[in-house]
Amino acid sequence: MTSARAVSLVAKREFVTKVRTRSFLIGTAVIIAVLAGYVVLQSVLFDDQQRSVVGFSGQATQLADPLQEKARAFGIDVETRDVTTMSGAEQQVRDGSLDALVTGAPPELKMIVKGSGDEVLTTALNDVLRQQVLVAQLAETGKTPQQVAESLADVNVAVTALEPVDPQRGQRLAIGLIVAALLYYSLLVYGTMVAQGVVEEKSSRVVEILLATVRPWQLLLGKVIGLGAVGLLQLLVISTVGLGLSSAFDVIDVGALGGTALLTGVLWYLLGFFLYATVFAAAASLVSRQEELQSVLTPISMTIIVAFVAGINLMIGSPSGTTVTVLSLLPPFAPILMPGRMALGVAPAWQVLLAVALALAAIAAITWLGGKVYANAVLRTGARVKLREALKI
Amino acid sequence: MPEGVLEIDRISKRYGEVVALRDMSFDVRAGELFGFVGSNGAGKTTAMRIALGVLVADAGEVRWNGRAVDLDTRRRIGYMPEERGLYPRMKVLDQLVYLAELHGMSTNEAHTSAENWIARLGLRDRRTDEVQRLSLGNQQRVQLAAALVHEPDVLVLDEPFSGLDPVAVDVMSQVLREKAAAGVPVVFSSHQLDLVERLCDRVGIISAGSMVASGTVDELRSGGVPRLVVESPTTDWTVTLDGVRVIEKNGTRCVLELTSGVDDQTVLHAALAAGPVHEFSRHRPTLTELFRNVVTTEGRSA
Repeated sequence: MTSARAVSLVAKREFVTKVRTRSFLIGTAVIIAVLAGYVVLQSVLFDDQQRSVVGFSGQATQLADPLQEKARAFGIDVETRDVTTMSGAEQQVRDGSLDALVTGAPPELKMIVKGSGDEVLTTALNDVLRQQVLVAQLAETGKTPQQVAESLADVNVAVTALEPVDPQRGQRLAIGLIVAALLYYSLLVYGTMVAQGVVEEKSSRVVEILLATVRPWQLLLGKVIGLGAVGLLQLLVISTVGLGLSSAFDVIDVGALGGTALLTGVLWYLLGFFLYATVFAAAASLVSRQEELQSVLTPISMTIIVAFVAGINLMIGSPSGTTVTVLSLLPPFAPILMPGRMALGVAPAWQVLLAVALALAAIAAITWLGGKVYANAVLRTGARVKLREALKI
Repeated sequence: MPEGVLEIDRISKRYGEVVALRDMSFDVRAGELFGFVGSNGAGKTTAMRIALGVLVADAGEVRWNGRAVDLDTRRRIGYMPEERGLYPRMKVLDQLVYLAELHGMSTNEAHTSAENWIARLGLRDRRTDEVQRLSLGNQQRVQLAAALVHEPDVLVLDEPFSGLDPVAVDVMSQVLREKAAAGVPVVFSSHQLDLVERLCDRVGIISAGSMVASGTVDELRSGGVPRLVVESPTTDWTVTLDGVRVIEKNGTRCVLELTSGVDDQTVLHAALAAGPVHEFSRHRPTLTELFRNVVTTEGRSA
């Protein structure tokens, strides 16, 4: 039997067994539900923020169309409504079905709001009102309003941006954070799963039968590949559903940005998983019972958690800062930080390549070292094996 | 080149200061049931683990058909470890198919063979149950099936009878005999010495990491210092004989130990001359007695 066949048999068992478990199906469903809830919430919030309902009564009604146009120029959506009774309309403002109520005749216009009025809306209304008054007074001087308007249309301030703002920055940040969060989740969950698998084989002693027919590294590699594939499958399902929902609800302009993020996410998941899974497996091989597992896994989990929490904060604050740049190059942190920075569009190609190269080198070293610890410790049951002993021979 | 022979050749193993095995040698031939007995900690499990390559010996060699055992030949061994091990949450059938495939069978062969052993060992109703849901006895049967499912060329079983009910013991004995009859060398360890005596063609007694006695049960029982059981009213006549010692007296029945070279016929004549003899036989110690004898002597010398 070839090594490839041995590894693929082990990987297949790990994959099939895990994908069939209820916890995998439920876990995936829960994450998708949370994601869907978030997307729907976002789209509702966006709708609320950008749409104001304004009621007009009496002579103020003639301002409805100009206000709508002006507001659009300011980037907000105004829905106008005619109101007939003042008291009814005021009640609507109170209960929130109207954001503002405009009454009176220019120039004596009144706006009634519930708490503090929307500043943009107020400014827009002021502009409209002033224009109305201006038109009225111009009419008295004899120039036609059209003449004035035409001469005004050409007058603009030329704006020079010293630091142009990326119009997609918000979306990029959102995608970067989501990618980092998904990778954080996948590495932690599937790394722990590898560890639990190793201890399950050790505590049930089945490892002795397995090692009578396959080599330790074949068993370890098969396990890592099999569970890694399960994690990849889950990551792809979640991302696809997430991207689909986002584009359906118009939360994020998916297109190229989402696709690229997905690709980098997969690349870094693979790098991160192979880096961490072997460490998880080696640590797990030192103990014989699930209850002892937590103590050996804590240092590894902590590294991933620190990478995520510190990284996220730094990334939101200054994604190109020295600290976050250096951290995103180092193998233990790169799998979470680099894809985030790539999604933000602040990682130059040389940094990405350097981080990938460092990660690959680290994987080679860790696999060799972790494989050795695993091979030495996996058959020693009973008391916890000391790391120094496992590294001998 | 020897055919169908598993040879354990002078293997030694130390765990730190503790010597687990010291120049242990024995062989198991095709068609032979070899029983491996020894007290706890004597080194039986260590020897079997080394034969399976699960442990590496400090010195010595394990050979199959004259060639050192490697991973490919090891795959042809059926192994039942002392610490039973199966995936607790895997279904019986899936588990056996997986193990058969890992031992080099194609998927189809693996399925056929797994179903075959499941039926043979009376597990058909439980084939799609998770192993952890089975009774201990049934788990033992699955464990045996796991050792047999890839139709191995050699069987190495560590305590296969422990924890089995009498019916399962019969099933296990029958399977082992059949395998041996089919030309498979079978080696197993056990503390149930009566069973070993009944079942095995040859027996090895191991103590403190060395093989202290090995051979057919008959050889072992008739070896050593000759003893006689004599039933006669008195034992006074024995004092007149050279090289004869009474080592046990129970009423009119006594056990005599003869120095080598003493003719038992001389003893019989002397006894008849002294009075009526109701029983006169060669005393053949049971395996249990042999074992106790070996282990206590070794214990004293160590």
